[in-house]
Amino acid sequence: MTAGATLFEKVWNAHVVQRFDGDRDLIFIDRHVLQETTSAAAFTGLKRNGRPVVHPELTLATQDHIVSTEPVRDETSNPGGLELMRLMRANAAAHGIRHFGIEDPRQGIVHVIGPELGAALPGLTLACGDSHTATVGGLGCLGIGVGTSEVEHVLATQTLLLQRPKTMRIRFDGRPGPGVAAKDLILAAIGKFGISAGRAHAVEYAGAAIQALPVEGRLTVCNMSIELGARLGVIAPDDATFQYIAGRPYAPRGQDWEAALAEWRTLASTPDAVFARDVAIDCAGLAPQVTWGTTQEDVIGVDGRIPDPATYGDRDRRQRAAAALRYMDLKPGDAMEGLKVDIVFIGSCTNGRLSDLEAAARVARGRKVAPRVRAIVVPGSAQVKREAEAQGLDRVFLEAGFEWRSPGCSMCVSINQDVVPPGQRCLATSNRNFENRQGPASRTHLASPAMAAAAAVTGAITDSRKLAT
Amino acid sequence: MRKPFTAFRGIAAPLPLSNVNTDAIIPSDYLRSETTDLARGLFGRWRFDAEGKERPDFVLNRPPFRRAEILFAGENFGCGSSREAAAWALQRFGIRVVAAPSFADIFYENAFRNGLLAAVVAPDDLAAMVAALEAHPDDAQVEVDLASQTLVRGNAARIGFQVPAFRREALLRGDDEIAGTLRHVETIGRYVADDRARRGWAHRAIAPKENP
Ligand code: SF4
Repeated sequence: MTAGATLFEKVWNAHVVQRFDGDRDLIFIDRHVLQETTSAAAFTGLKRNGRPVVHPELTLATQDHIVSTEPVRDETSNPGGLELMRLMRANAAAHGIRHFGIEDPRQGIVHVIGPELGAALPGLTLACGDSHTATVGGLGCLGIGVGTSEVEHVLATQTLLLQRPKTMRIRFDGRPGPGVAAKDLILAAIGKFGISAGRAHAVEYAGAAIQALPVEGRLTVCNMSIELGARLGVIAPDDATFQYIAGRPYAPRGQDWEAALAEWRTLASTPDAVFARDVAIDCAGLAPQVTWGTTQEDVIGVDGRIPDPATYGDRDRRQRAAAALRYMDLKPGDAMEGLKVDIVFIGSCTNGRLSDLEAAARVARGRKVAPRVRAIVVPGSAQVKREAEAQGLDRVFLEAGFEWRSPGCSMCVSINQDVVPPGQRCLATSNRNFENRQGPASRTHLASPAMAAAAAVTGAITDSRKLAT
Repeated sequence: MRKPFTAFRGIAAPLPLSNVNTDAIIPSDYLRSETTDLARGLFGRWRFDAEGKERPDFVLNRPPFRRAEILFAGENFGCGSSREAAAWALQRFGIRVVAAPSFADIFYENAFRNGLLAAVVAPDDLAAMVAALEAHPDDAQVEVDLASQTLVRGNAARIGFQVPAFRREALLRGDDEIAGTLRHVETIGRYVADDRARRGWAHRAIAPKENP
């Protein structure tokens, strides 16, 4: 029955409630995760139409985007966010939805807590009013990012009416060298294929370099599917995945576990599966990646030089690159390495998990944050924070002069108080380097956690492999 | 139900940039509350300087485009975050149609769900329209006819646009998608019953009652 099917098709097809014309399917949603900035209007819509939440028991809510990340905090620590935080809390309470507020030991960024709690599982569909929902694809779960109308649609029906995405595979061939992280793999792929390469596609990441990644690295890769323009991204679950999931709070147990495991082992794309698009990238010899411009495809190895827009054949691309260089205050031919930074941000749903903080700490240990540099570490969840503290990573960072903050989206989206001042240059482990993303006139370079730590302690963009211990 | 989308004539503005992202369409400052002025926030950093003064060179600050109801934009319009406020801000400003060679997936969905027409036009048609609007801002009225899928500027060029048939019908009728799905509530119920029997593990509650 599953001969010739891709992982994506197997999971998608198992969730089709009804097919419609125009390649549209009504898809059942197994898990729905809510955050405070994209759900308030959805609840208002439900109320206006007198509609209930049909499956509150399959729904989770948290506060992450607008919360303060002060080390000691409560809802009032960011007064500007109070309205949305209180609405999330009140709406969850009114509908019997479990809510992990700012004070809860399970609070964290939506895409970090889904996998961490065992709410995201292989073979499931998970929707969230946030574009980085594809993160959970790292477990073989279809993560569908939606807007607020769709949040309301899921609340009211536990389904989504969606255009069926086309299939695409990106094979990561060859073995990347030591010190090259999951973030570097996905940035390199975005650089090679472009920010709209995946539009209307579900992308499967495959190949030796992906299989070799630990589960948290796979979450990082799938996280940036939206930066490829894709609808979602997935990676075939394997024994490493199953080990990661076993024993998590909402993971199946006992007989359920056995049944789930048996199904999960059948999910991988069959060898004869055909993808509408099939491309490959060679990871051997890849250097740590850093973005230089204002889209994620503007990326080079840390050992590279800022490209000259004049060399681009396409006029539109040429103009965009020239504008990006002006915005970023860079000149063609400048070396990427050695570029001074003002701020370093380690965190976000891309790189705010324990292994990310470990990688950064390995570079930071025994060193000092350069004078004039502000470096902040923001764990992706309260659990990540606890686990890091149990290992003493907070001490490593604090002794080196980093700030050790409370979990949230923080400087990734800068809608709380964590903002990059105008004109300052920030090396960030997050996923968007758009103009003004981290604050008006902020300049963002995206890179891995080790690269971020290296920039913090040297005060400039530095090949983290030189500081490896 | 929403108001059905009927044919109209309005000012069209050229914004021939590709990859216009949702952070540019509606900066995150406007996401901090349910009640922000999204119309003012539209392209906030492009329309206003740091002091909040209008940047006179930005297209939507120039007559007649200040009253634009149609926007002609470049490829991959609406990429980036899923914020539906991008569609809302365009509408609050008065934009009813965005025409571009391509749109980012989530923005495209969000647009139609709010009754905003995302019209896919050929790159050559876009270039010609943009050139005409820039050369003749005094002749920027464009007629939008969804039924025949055409855009006509003044007495000049008529260009076609693509829109999937089901989306066109939904806009023309002013459908509420949730109401549409709820008509299939029995089918959904059957799916859930069957799937529970098949994959019980997937349906176990993640929000046990003892700790709401
Ligand atoms: S960390 Fe950034 S990208 Fe991730 S959910 Fe938060 S705001 Fe979105």
